[in-house]
Formats: sequence, structure tokens, C-alpha cells
Amino acid sequence: LRLIYTTTAVQRKNVGASGPEKYTEAFIKKQIEEFNLGKRHLANMMGEDPETFTQEDIDRAIAYLFPSGLFDGHARPMMKHPREIFPEQRKIQWGEDGRPFHFLFYTGKQSYYSLMHETYEKLLNVEKHQDQLIAQDLPLQKEKRNLAGSRWLTKIELEEMLLEKLSDDDYSRFIQLLQKLTDLPCSDIEEKYIQKFSKELPVQMQKVVIEPLQYDEQGVAFSTGEGRRKTARATAVVYDNGTGKMTVNGKDILHYFPVLQDREQLLFPFQFLGRIGKHDAVCTVSGGGRSAQAGAIRLACAKALRSFVTEKEVEFMRQAGLLTVDPRVKERKKPGQEGARRKFTWKKR
Amino acid sequence: DDKLLSEPLSHPDFFNVKELFTLKDLFDARVHLGHKKGCRHRFMEPYIFGCRLDQDIIDLEQTMQHLQLALNFTAHIAYRKGIILFISRKRQFCHLVECTARACGEYAHTRYWQGGLLTNAHIQFGAGVRLPDLIVFLSSLNNVFQTHVAVRDAAKMNIPTVGVVDTNCNPSLITYPIPGNDDSPSAVELYCKLFRMTIIRAKDKRRQSEAVEELR
Repeated sequence: LRLIYTTTAVQRKNVGASGPEKYTEAFIKKQIEEFNLGKRHLANMMGEDPETFTQEDIDRAIAYLFPSGLFDGHARPMMKHPREIFPEQRKIQWGEDGRPFHFLFYTGKQSYYSLMHETYEKLLNVEKHQDQLIAQDLPLQKEKRNLAGSRWLTKIELEEMLLEKLSDDDYSRFIQLLQKLTDLPCSDIEEKYIQKFSKELPVQMQKVVIEPLQYDEQGVAFSTGEGRRKTARATAVVYDNGTGKMTVNGKDILHYFPVLQDREQLLFPFQFLGRIGKHDAVCTVSGGGRSAQAGAIRLACAKALRSFVTEKEVEFMRQAGLLTVDPRVKERKKPGQEGARRKFTWKKR
Repeated sequence: DDKLLSEPLSHPDFFNVKELFTLKDLFDARVHLGHKKGCRHRFMEPYIFGCRLDQDIIDLEQTMQHLQLALNFTAHIAYRKGIILFISRKRQFCHLVECTARACGEYAHTRYWQGGLLTNAHIQFGAGVRLPDLIVFLSSLNNVFQTHVAVRDAAKMNIPTVGVVDTNCNPSLITYPIPGNDDSPSAVELYCKLFRMTIIRAKDKRRQSEAVEELR
């Protein structure tokens, strides 16, 4: 051990400078034992079997025993497993003789640099394999990987994985290296390694379930849809084999919507699909004003028409904006201003 | 224990590092090739054999002596279970150096050097950290062709250094400089091979001596 000159200021334990509290292994173990013991006590208190007492039961029991009116969920009393409460931290990095465990310890960011080292090794592997295939005159395979369906891990997710702080430059360098690896023709060999760092993007349309057609007593196919715009709520029932008649709240659209603009809005979904004279519609609407009701019925009809139409046309409708709820509502008036945005008249003196 | 530590010091070449390399090996690995005359550092003039077509040629006789001293020193450090840190800021050889370090069971740093790694170690790493006992430079310049900061920091922290110095490097603060080429892949592979063999040899010798001591 070398004598290194340090001042007494550094040798004194500066509580603030040591960083966030470090939890030792023994401490966490003790917390886990106490948690298990407390779980059994709680089960006994609630009169349930201690062996089959799950986390949901614990949450319910705590909510019953300690009712709280606090809004923030994190501020309410909770009893969770210590691994969820105490964040995962790095333990001591070196052994008894002082030698660090990891060969890149002296770089400062050992997990990040070891990740870069590993990824580069995979890259070299793939290049070697490629050279072998070229030497044997075999074709280089390239299965089209679905690029749109996956994304790389975000910086925060990577930080959680490595338990180390990263800078933006580090993160972008790592992503560039991964991208370089995936762009090589023979990168299928390291598919498993690459999948560790990519996540599936759920495709928007897969979530929405299009309802099947229903048939009424005469055998005519129909479908329902709901729509809203501002404060108006509408439901529409669209029948097949129709003549293009539309009824709103029992009245014909010519009577209910005297203005041309509103009737154009109603007909837009049918006109977009080219099915103007082919469907009948019976709608009910309440709330809102003239224009809002028209918009609500338009959305309801478009949603109902999804069941009559192919998936491609549904995608066209979605891209045309026929299936999106218009999120615009009246903005509230703020104090100190005349309206939502208008300020009071400013007088210089 | 005392005998274990004092026995290697009695021989000048206890680990027999002379047999690991010959002058022909150094020549074949292009260790003698230096940079152009304009890049020459003043302090490297004693180590230069001559200059041909403006390119400096390093004197391999001197390189042999320096390399033998340096390898002997690393072997002694490895025998006494010291921590060896390999440093190279050449991007081409970063992976090679890290693999060499991992193969020896020692440590490597081929990335951006954060300012206080050696001088501010107690705060950067933790309270009881142990600093390296030897630093080996496979290229003593950083990416901007200036002397690596670790040379100066090691000198500040009393850590001995072994370093391959090319004709454009400053060999002053390095304890065991090895004048030689640090840019060719063949030369750097040769150095990595030599260091790896010495360290493994020294560690094996240590394990053998300890086993012999235990038997007694």
C-alpha cells in the first residue's frame, strides 16, 4: 500500500459528500426477513392463511387498516417487498486483497465500457463469418427484419439495465454501434444479443377490435358506432341495402340540420368510401351545439362503417382522420384575464 | 514469505524474459519504423539509429535492452501480485488491448480518461480503493498527439510506468521507456503477446513457489 498524501479534510467522514445512502447486503436481508414476518402477522390479523397471502391481499389489508384520504398513491401507507422499495445498487467492486473484480474497473464506467467491448466483439464475429462466406462464395443472407416494429432501449432503460449513469454522447455511441451491427448482412447470428436491446412497438391498429356485422329480423346487416365532439354524444346504427336515408333523433337530416355544412359533415364518411346511396342510418344525439352534434354523428357513422369495409380501407379512413376523436374542447377562462387567452386592456398610465 | 519475495531479486533475469523475443522478431514486426523527421521529439534522438528518406529508424539494440528491463520489471510486479493497468488511446488496438488485459487477469483502460481517476480516486471510486501498481502504455499519446495525462498522474501518485515511446513521444516521465513503433498492428500485437506471456509466466511462478512453500 502506497502512502498517498491526503489532507485531514478528506479523511474526515463528510456525510454529504458520500452520495446517496448505500444499503449493505446485510441490511437488505434483514429488511426482507422483517417483511416476511410482518406479512405473517398481517395475515393472522386479517384472519387469513399466512402461507397463501399474496401481495394483493397485503395491499387490500393495508388499505383497510390504514384508510387514507391522500390523493397521491405514493404518499399512502404501503407494505411492499424491500427489493421494490430500495433501489438496486452496486455493491463493493473489489475483493479483500484490494483487486477489483471487473477488468475495466479503472475506467470509471465499467458496465458501459464492457457493454461496448462485448458489442464490438460481436461485430468482429459477424465480420469474420461474412469473410468466411465470401471465401466460400456462398450468398450472404438478408432476411428483412421488421424495422418498423421495434425500437432500441431508451437512455433511462439502459441506465436501469447497467446500474450506471450515462451521458447522452455515450448512449448515442452505443446505439450507433448497435445500428452498425444490425446493418451488416450476416447479423442474424447475433440476433439473440441484439434482441436484448430492442423492444417491440405495438402497432396502433392491432389494439382496436373491429366488431363483426349484426343481422336484424329481416336479415339486413347493421352495425353501431358511438362518437363525440366537444360536449355532444351520438350513437349511429348503419343498415346495409339502404337508399341513403338518414334520421337523427326521429327527424330527417334536412329538418334537423338546415345548414349545408352540417349535412356535408354527416355524408363525408360515406362519400370517402363511395357508398353514398348504399346505406341507411338511424342516429341519436344529445348535448353540444349544431356543429358539435354533426361532428359527433360523423365519427359515430365512420366507426359503424368499419365493420362493412376491408382492413385497408379502415387504414385509409384512419389516415384521413375519420376515426380520430377530435380532442378540442372549450378552454377554461383564467383569473386575471378576460377570457381563455384574451388579456384585459393594457393601459400605459 | 520473505524468502518468496527476496528470491527473485537475487537473479538479474529470474523470469528469463530474454528468450521471449529476438532482434529478428522485432524487425519482422516492424518495431524499428518511426515517424517522419519533422515529427521527431528532441528527447528521442538518443534512441534513433538513423533516418532514411525522411523516416526515422529506431535503434533495435537499445530497444532490446529497454524491452528486456521493462519485461523483467513487469514480471516482478506480477510475481508480487501487483495491479497492472494497460493504457492505449489508439482506437485500432482498443479491443486487442482489452482482450490482452482480460487474458492476463489484469486491467485495461482504452477509453476517454476522466480527469481525477488516479489523483481523485478516493472520491471517484470509493473509500478503500487500491490504485494500480504499474501502468503499461502501449501508446503514450492520446488522440490529439499530446502525452497522455496518465503519465503525469502516475508520476504524481508514485506509480511506476512502462511505455512504448515512438519517435514523436516524450519519454521523460516514463520510468521504463521502450523506444519502438506504436502504430503498426504487427508491432502492437507483438507487444501484447510479450506482456501477456511475461505476466502469465510470473503468476505461474508465484503459484509454484507458494505451493512449494506450503509443502514444506
